[in-house]
Amino acid sequence: MIPIGWYLILSAILFLIGVLGFFIKRNIIALLLSVEIMLNAVNLTFVAFSLQHGKISGQIFVFFVLVVAAAEAAVGLALVIAMFRNRESLNVDRSNLLKW
Amino acid sequence: MIQILFFFFAAIAVGAALNVLVQKHVLYSALSLILMLTAVSVLFILLQADFLAVINVIVYAGAIMVLFVFVIMLLNLPEDEDGADRLRWLKFIGIPLGLFFLVLVVTTLWNLEANPGTQPQLVGSPAAIGQSLFTDFVLPFEVTSLLILIALMGAVVFAKRDL
Repeated sequence: MIPIGWYLILSAILFLIGVLGFFIKRNIIALLLSVEIMLNAVNLTFVAFSLQHGKISGQIFVFFVLVVAAAEAAVGLALVIAMFRNRESLNVDRSNLLKW
Repeated sequence: MIQILFFFFAAIAVGAALNVLVQKHVLYSALSLILMLTAVSVLFILLQADFLAVINVIVYAGAIMVLFVFVIMLLNLPEDEDGADRLRWLKFIGIPLGLFFLVLVVTTLWNLEANPGTQPQLVGSPAAIGQSLFTDFVLPFEVTSLLILIALMGAVVFAKRDL
């Protein structure tokens, strides 16, 4: 049997990689992919705690995270298409019209 | 045996996640992320969440990531323009802070592990999940359909050229 802490540490490492990617990448699709990495790390935490506490609720929450990820991907990619159509670039530093 | 499996697939997951960041072209990042999702699904099986592992592969790797790959190919991206990266030196502050965050999390979890709770047997079978989903969580389940509907309309509104 694998200690629950190993899963949590693995999940923390994956989450950290996602955060790192979110801050160092400049391509907006890469940012969305980093968010997906973070969501998956959180899913792993949910499932690990679900096993430790013997409750199924943790696995139900993974479903809702999945749904939110699907909605986020749909809306986010639609925004990416609209942004690319307007500026011919996916660099997030180029779209700074709203910046003061 | 189980530990060998855990370390093998954990290494694949971390390596693939790092590869997502290293790759220059987004398409390779997306393909690498599919590998990471598959490795995480195997870890779900090790955690006795069989149904979630299947759902993870079908919905995440099969639907969401294919959507990503479609959009990447549709846009026909130009070469990765790095340009003048005004945040270049910021990573010398960010990486130590991130590592500090990791140390903080790991030490917290380490102390948590010193107090292991009871570990009853539990199988995440479709029947158990369906039972819980349609009794305790039926309201969030219904609200979720509304969320999907709104996301659907939002995607159409944003992506359409002129409405």
